[in-house]
Amino acid sequence: MGITTEQAVIPLHRRVKLDAVDKAVIAAVQGGLPLCERPYAAIAQKLGLDEHTVITRLQRLQAQGAIKRFGVVVRHHELGYRANAMVVFDVADERVAQLGRCIGKFEFVTLCYRRPRVLPEWPYNLFCMIHGKDRQAVLTHVQELIERCGLQAVPHAVLFSKRRFKQRGAVYGNVHTRQASGEI
Amino acid sequence: MTPQLTEYTPLQRALLNNFQQGFPLSARPYAELAEKLGVSEQDVIDTLKGLQDSKTISRVGPVFRVGSIGVSTLAAIAVPPDRLEEVAAIVNEYEAVNHNYEREHAFNLWFVATATDEAELHDILQAIEQRTGLNVMVLPMLEDYHIDLGFELQWA
Repeated sequence: MGITTEQAVIPLHRRVKLDAVDKAVIAAVQGGLPLCERPYAAIAQKLGLDEHTVITRLQRLQAQGAIKRFGVVVRHHELGYRANAMVVFDVADERVAQLGRCIGKFEFVTLCYRRPRVLPEWPYNLFCMIHGKDRQAVLTHVQELIERCGLQAVPHAVLFSKRRFKQRGAVYGNVHTRQASGEI
Repeated sequence: MTPQLTEYTPLQRALLNNFQQGFPLSARPYAELAEKLGVSEQDVIDTLKGLQDSKTISRVGPVFRVGSIGVSTLAAIAVPPDRLEEVAAIVNEYEAVNHNYEREHAFNLWFVATATDEAELHDILQAIEQRTGLNVMVLPMLEDYHIDLGFELQWA
């Protein structure tokens, strides 16, 4: 491996301490809420908890930042956004946060992360994901990012996705969670 | 056939676009949505069921922040083109792998692996290296610059 995972996995956001009830609630909601009048009560009944406990645990996970957002998770591809590309930039370290925040604001950007370079084969340290209805739409968005964030002199690469071998929610040990469609 | 965006009803569009965040954590969440939209609770539930059945939405629920529970990383392999399907199948075998895409680059296979802790993640990546005989490039997130407010759909 380019770098060891011990070095690589830096906990950026404080890892949230989960007890058995949190884990059970996370496992129960990861596939989506039941579509019935009282979905939290339905989950509670399955877990042998009460509705209030399920709601307050979810509120706490959200307040702690473990839940990034809560709501309808759309499938880009199925909604006609057929093209997506991972767009990567080789940005000077001292500018990466500023440029990352600029890129992260665009409505067509669904992710924007700093990641390590792995030299010599991988010089890029700023990654974003762009969805568009077709290839040209994605390339137009890339051009817009370059112009509006002043990235003209920054080396970049556009990695369009081809085949999707797997896409589903994340699985953390026995705690299964879902991330947004296309999220990496 | 996936319908064109313009074929969605006003209620479907509103549910797709307006509730990607801030979903109510209260006893009757669908009734709250219904009140905002001026329709019945049953209409909201039925419409969401339809969107879920047609795979237009994957679910109504939480999106977890990378790194907040468990560990995960993006990883990539430069696979010789004639081995791509074989290597992708090996990577897919791991329950810990949740996304696995072919991309247009010398690094042509990109996947995300998640685990309970660093040791488990390391073991999975190492196992993939050993079984494929290929180097795995490990690219964990170091900083997140994107505020996830959902995705603005363009109906036109």
